[in-house]
Parts: sequence; structure tokens; C-alpha cells
Amino acid sequence: MAILEVENIYKNFGETQVLKGISFSLEQGQALAIIGASGSGKTTLLRCLNFLERPDKGIIRVNGDVLFDAQDPSTQLEKEIRKKRLNFGLVFQSFHLFPQYTVLKNVTLASELLTKEQLKHQGRAALRAAYQDIEEQARMLLDQMGLLDKVNAYPHQLSGGQQQRVAIARALALHPKILCFDEPTSALDPELTGEVLRVIRGLAEKKTTMVIVTHEMAFARDVADHVIFMDDGVIVEEGRPEDLFSNPKEERTRQFLSRYSSSN
Amino acid sequence: MSNFSTIMARLLEAFRLNGQLFILTLVFALPLGLIIAFGSMSRWKPLSLLTRTVVWIIRGTPLMLQIIVIFFAPGLLGWGSPWGAGASGRFSAATVAFVINYACYFSEIYRGGIQGVPKGQTEAGQVLGMTKSQIFFKVTLLQVVKRILPAMSNEIITLVKDTSLARIISNKEIIMMAHEYTAKGLIWPLFFTGVFFLVFVGALTLLFNALEKKLDYFRC
Ligand SMILES: Nc1ncnc2c1ncn2[C@@H]1O[C@H](COP(=O)(O)OP(=O)(O)OP(=O)(O)O)[C@@H](O)[C@H]1O
Ligand SMILES: [Mg+2]
Repeated sequence: MAILEVENIYKNFGETQVLKGISFSLEQGQALAIIGASGSGKTTLLRCLNFLERPDKGIIRVNGDVLFDAQDPSTQLEKEIRKKRLNFGLVFQSFHLFPQYTVLKNVTLASELLTKEQLKHQGRAALRAAYQDIEEQARMLLDQMGLLDKVNAYPHQLSGGQQQRVAIARALALHPKILCFDEPTSALDPELTGEVLRVIRGLAEKKTTMVIVTHEMAFARDVADHVIFMDDGVIVEEGRPEDLFSNPKEERTRQFLSRYSSSN
Repeated sequence: MSNFSTIMARLLEAFRLNGQLFILTLVFALPLGLIIAFGSMSRWKPLSLLTRTVVWIIRGTPLMLQIIVIFFAPGLLGWGSPWGAGASGRFSAATVAFVINYACYFSEIYRGGIQGVPKGQTEAGQVLGMTKSQIFFKVTLLQVVKRILPAMSNEIITLVKDTSLARIISNKEIIMMAHEYTAKGLIWPLFFTGVFFLVFVGALTLLFNALEKKLDYFRC
């Protein structure tokens, strides 16, 4: 069974129709790449998955459970949306690290707040032990990101590539079932994209379930198990990367890809 | 010599009223300003419109006028006298006027500070499963404080000097006291009044500089 099923998602902003019936599914442990021209609705789709936008129509299921159904208000209660969000992680184009906290605290903060709520009625000792676990895990994640020497640095003291790797660790710390990336390297200088892509590639090798919006075609081809090409709010074509990139069936896909291969 | 020290003692005594007004205004106007700021940012249009109109009126008219209106209006309109008799009544009226006036100024500073924090900060918190209040207290607040500190310190230093406006309803604050001595042909008490203000403002400036330095460890 698919871990994520998205069914017929529509989203308007006032008069503008941004998503016009998006459906796809994703298997556990797979990486899905979403490509498409600027303004085609990729960011909006990720924001819908993370409940930052509310679709006007459509259903989102995780492991078969209906997380969101535009027809069913009982799936949209504010309290539960918070919990449902935790199924997903989101790495933003421009990082959005918390500037007043160290790298380590950026990674631990949300887990600590959650744990504090869960252990409300238990003693201090239990909380302290839990915090210690959280910190240990955060250090492991940061080690994995190659940032162990930066745990005590503040975000403004890091390069863009380092900040984005902290943001990835921060998202992973909550163990999301599905990790979403919105053009994770677009805000970076070209010489810094490599280190971030390497980290994401590492996650793919470990079978992390991911949805990656990207303009890095070579990377998408290389890392993704499945690729979706979006244009003007619809999925124009999807398939295995080797098929879609070498043998696009749709004219629009062909045009998009040729524009990319000529500009890159 | 004893003349000098009695006059200085009386000036200092009068300056206590300025100090008390200053502290009471801060204690009430700082939190009230935050509430007004949230009101003016409310997504419920009638509330934000009403709040913004009140803020506009208060900021657009002289504090001196507000003190007079707040002190005299209840009596003249036949609502009785909420302020009580004597010095304490006059002081209460001045305090209320100051709190309202400064809360409105603070609210605009807060609003600018809160809206200045990038939306991405809130969204990052949301995506990490934080509640609205967790996001406000753990993510936004300190960034707001850092952003508004320069404007706040300006406003608070202005407040120190504004406290002397309380004399308009006969609160015996320091300038009024010194002024009385000019009628007796003494000019130097006025000079020392300025010194008192300078010392107070100087101490506050040092405090705010220290605070700004303390928040220098991060950029936002
Ligand atoms: N909050 C909003 N209000 C109004 N219009 C919006 C809003 N967010 C997005 N849009 C519009 O929706 C369309 C799709 O935007 P979206 O950001 O999803 O595109 P994208 O595929 O991510 O583009 P890019 O590659 O440039 O990031 C755009 O035309 C954009 O102007
Ligand atoms: Mg986008």
C-alpha cells in the first residue's frame, strides 16, 4: 500500500486557480521528484501537504488514513492539524532557521516542546532523561550532516549550505514519515549546492520517503524513483526518471526539458 | 548652604512624582500596548478598525490635551468624580492618561516588530508541530524584542521627559517645583532640574545599550 495518496487536489487563491486536480501516490522508502516551470504550483502543493494551505477540494491519505478531506470538516480541526503535520517534514527554500538559537537548539527545540507536553504529569527526572535522548539524537543527526563542529554556532555564522543542512536535521529530528523539500538548493551559491544534494542523496540511499521539488534535473534523474512534471496546476506527465527524461511523451514536457538542458 | 540643600531635597522629592509616573506608565502601558497591537492586527475587521482608529486619535492629539480631558471630562459630563480629591486624584488621572497614550505608541512599535518577523519563522514553527503560543513565545518574541529595542528606548526616554506634562493638572512634579522658585528670584533650581533629567536619561541609555549588546549574539 502507498504511504501517501493525494487525490484530486484543487487550490485557488481568489480568482487564480493554482492546483487543478493533482493526484499521485508514493510508496514507502521512495523518493519522488517534482519538476516544472516557475508558477506551476509546486510550492503550493507541498504547502498543502504540510497544512500551510488548505486545499479547496481533494483528499490526502497517509498509510490509508484520511488526513485531510475537503468535504469533511471533521478532518480539519485545528487541534488535530497540528498532530497531522508531524506526518510530514518540510525543508524550505530559504531555510528559516531560528536565528536566536544555536544549531543544536534549532534541532532539539520542537522535540523538547512536544516531549514536555507529553510528560506533563511525570517528574523532572523523566523530562531530563528525555531531553538527554533528544540531544543525543540531534547530535547524531548533525554528525550525519557533517556539522558536528557547528553545534554551538548560531545560524548567521553558517554558510547557506550549512544552514540548509541544519534545516534538514531539524526536520528529520521529528521523524516525519514523509520529508518534503522545496527547491532546497535554489537559494544557494552554485558551489554550495553539492553539499546539500549529497546529504539528500544519502537520505535516499537510506530509503527515506521524500518529495523533492527541484530544478536540478541531473539530481532528480539520479536520485528519484519517480518523477512528476507539473505545468499550470496539473500533472502533465509522470514516470520513472529514465523514461521521463530520455523519452518524454508529452510535448510540454519535451519543451520544458529542452529549455533546461539548453540553459544548464 | 542649608537653603541649597533644602531646595535640592524638595526638588528630589518632586522628582519622585516624575519617577512614579514613569514606572506606573511602563508597568501598565507595556502589556496594554501588546494587547492593543494584537487588536489592531486582528483578522476580525471591526476590532482592528476600531483599535486603529483609537490609536490614530491618541497619537494624533497632544498628550497634554488628553491629560486635561481625562481629568476634567468626567466631572463636566456629570459622571461624578472618579479621580477622588486632592493630589492623589490628580496623580491617578495623569497616570491613566499616560498609560493610554503610551500604550498606543507602544502598540504601533510592537505591531511593526511583530509584522517585521518573516512569515517563514512562523511557518517553520508550524511545520515542526508547535502551537501558536509556543511559536509566539519560543520563536517570535525574542526576535521582536531585538527589532523594537531601538524604537522602544527612544519612546521610553521621551516618556521620562513627558512626565513633567503632569503639572498641567497641578501635579507637583519637578519642573513645577523649580518654576515656583523662579517667582522667588531663584533661577538655579531650574538648572538642576535639567541635571536630574539628564542623569535619569543617561542611566536609561546605558541600560538600553547593555540590552542591545546582550541581543547582539544573533542576527535576524
Ligand atoms: N498566497 C498566495 N496568494 C495568491 N497567489 C499565490 C499565493 N501563493 C502562490 N500564488 C500563485 O500561485 C501560482 C503558483 O505558485 P507556486 O509558488 O506554487 O509555484 P512554483 O511552482 O512553486 O513556482 P517556483 O518554481 O517559482 O517556485 C503562482 O502564480 C503564484 O503567483
Ligand atoms: Mg516554488
